[in-house]
Amino acid sequence: MNWLKPSWQALLAIVLCVIAIALGAMSKPEAAALADPTASISYPYLGTKGLMLGLAIVAALISMIRIPSLVEAIVLFVGAHLVAWLLISGIAGFEGTALAPYFLLLTAAWLLGWRCVAVLSGLRPMASTARNALRLIIPAIFGAWILIIWEAVTRGAGIPFILLPPPSAIGARIAGSLPVLGADVRQTIFKAVIFGYVVGSGAGFITAILADRVPFLRRGLLPIGNMVSALPIIGVAPIMVMWFGFDWQSKAAVVIIMTFFPMLVNTVAGLAASGHMERDLMRTYASGYWPTLIKLRLPAAAPFIFNALKINSTLALIGAIVAEFFGTPVVGMGFRISTEVGRMNIDMVWAEIAVAALAGSVFYGVVALVERAVTFWHPSVRGG
Amino acid sequence: MTGISPAVVAASKLGLTFQTNDGPVQALSNVDLTIGKGEFVSFIGPSGCGKTTLLRVIADLEKPTSGTISVNGMTAEQAREKRAYGYVFQAAALFPWRTIERNVALPLEIMGLSRAEQAERIKRTLDLVNLSGFEKKYPWQLSGGMQQRASIARALAFDADLLLMDEPFGALDEIVRDHLNEQLLQLWARTNKTICFVTHSIPEAVYLSTRIVVMSPRPGRVSDIIESTLPKERPLDIRETPEFLAIAARVRDGLRAGHSYDD
Repeated sequence: MNWLKPSWQALLAIVLCVIAIALGAMSKPEAAALADPTASISYPYLGTKGLMLGLAIVAALISMIRIPSLVEAIVLFVGAHLVAWLLISGIAGFEGTALAPYFLLLTAAWLLGWRCVAVLSGLRPMASTARNALRLIIPAIFGAWILIIWEAVTRGAGIPFILLPPPSAIGARIAGSLPVLGADVRQTIFKAVIFGYVVGSGAGFITAILADRVPFLRRGLLPIGNMVSALPIIGVAPIMVMWFGFDWQSKAAVVIIMTFFPMLVNTVAGLAASGHMERDLMRTYASGYWPTLIKLRLPAAAPFIFNALKINSTLALIGAIVAEFFGTPVVGMGFRISTEVGRMNIDMVWAEIAVAALAGSVFYGVVALVERAVTFWHPSVRGG
Repeated sequence: MTGISPAVVAASKLGLTFQTNDGPVQALSNVDLTIGKGEFVSFIGPSGCGKTTLLRVIADLEKPTSGTISVNGMTAEQAREKRAYGYVFQAAALFPWRTIERNVALPLEIMGLSRAEQAERIKRTLDLVNLSGFEKKYPWQLSGGMQQRASIARALAFDADLLLMDEPFGALDEIVRDHLNEQLLQLWARTNKTICFVTHSIPEAVYLSTRIVVMSPRPGRVSDIIESTLPKERPLDIRETPEFLAIAARVRDGLRAGHSYDD
């Protein structure tokens, strides 16, 4: 039997397909049509039901034959996604009517997708381009299946739009409201977040250097700094709106407060990170405070500083969005979320959340890339 | 000035007491020592005898609490500010974000030398320690022995007449250590520098030195100073000659005498 290579995902997928065939009707209209063959009732999957079940079973069977891993992954990928696409496109017009076989088939397709990712994760290609491509493809398939299951379940089970809209509706809303979303991103991210992030992180950094240089600041400021960092942002935001007005300046102030202390604390810790021997070495060169700072202590502190920059990249976005709940001009991501939720436009809320998540990831990713380039020498980057 | 060249290092009645949580610890007591130009002096003794502390006092990394120390006729602090010595630590202490050549350039940058002068000195000192061809490598890409050689190159780069070395080969294996000892002797012969060398290995001390300072602990003090009668030209197999073994035996006796009250 060495031509056979069973996997539990493929076996379970076949079992689920067989149960789905045994249970019969995939939707309520189909059940009604079966119960009353004389009535002409239209129902979903009129012509595609056999195709979907067949596809899933055949793909599962082929994947268990001893074939090259890459071929197996391609078969699974095509099978799983074709079934998912047929399933989701077929339910259009019959939302909320799905019966158990619909979900069994969805689960079977998902298992095939899982097996596909597992096979791809096991690949060890020699070429670096292939390795890089795999690093992108695997999380992409993973993410796609979150969306596929979300879409299929919300539409198949007819989950109320207000509770959870399907991703396709959110995508359509994003595509349809690009000017509004663009204006919100400009107001919240390009004004409040970027300005607050740069000023807050910069001020934290400079204060850390000052505290390092001036002993009384170190003794007096840092303990108070730790206390202020525990300030609840929700409490501070309305006060900032009172002080700096409704426009982006008050949101930038909140971001400054949020990003200042992570940077201060991390930089102070980083400046203490250089070794005794290295500092003695600089002393033997009769190196002054500033050359030692620039040539030894700041490079040694770089991993700590980048840690703060990464923490701050997400904190800044949260701070700006939450601060907009307390009063804004009629533009901004936080403003949009708080007003659209009141108008029951949940798809718009999700659209803003998606845009915020994308912007936050890009922001974090850029900081992480710069970190890799700057602290290439650190064991955590160069790998041991 | 009397016309005789002044001592490179002169210590008299030198003492250093550390204040610790368990009360004062006398790291150095009543040390009298004069080191002349071109000497190779080793400091040997059990741990806690103050040999590293003495080297750090010469380098002005520690302040003595009694007695006086002069380096090149100045106070230790003035000598440090004038960059009178190169210091080699127990570990290479290279900066991982700098290539080997930028590490060697570090003291030169701080001294404000021109780019051309820096490049010339980097080339010369890396040649001296046989590291040519590794200029663009990062320290973590080199072996431990090569890293330590790079740190010696860095100490040589700014051409001080005095080299202070604190167990520089302590963490290396025997074969690499022999090799570096040989290279260090050649380097000393070529450059005519004064070298102070801390070690806890008797063969290493005898092989390298013109003078061996034996130290003993509690309180840290000099218990014996042994002049070497070995010729300046020393192949590695000199270590099997009766003359070498006789000096080694004297050093061992000196170390044992310092310990006698422990028995």
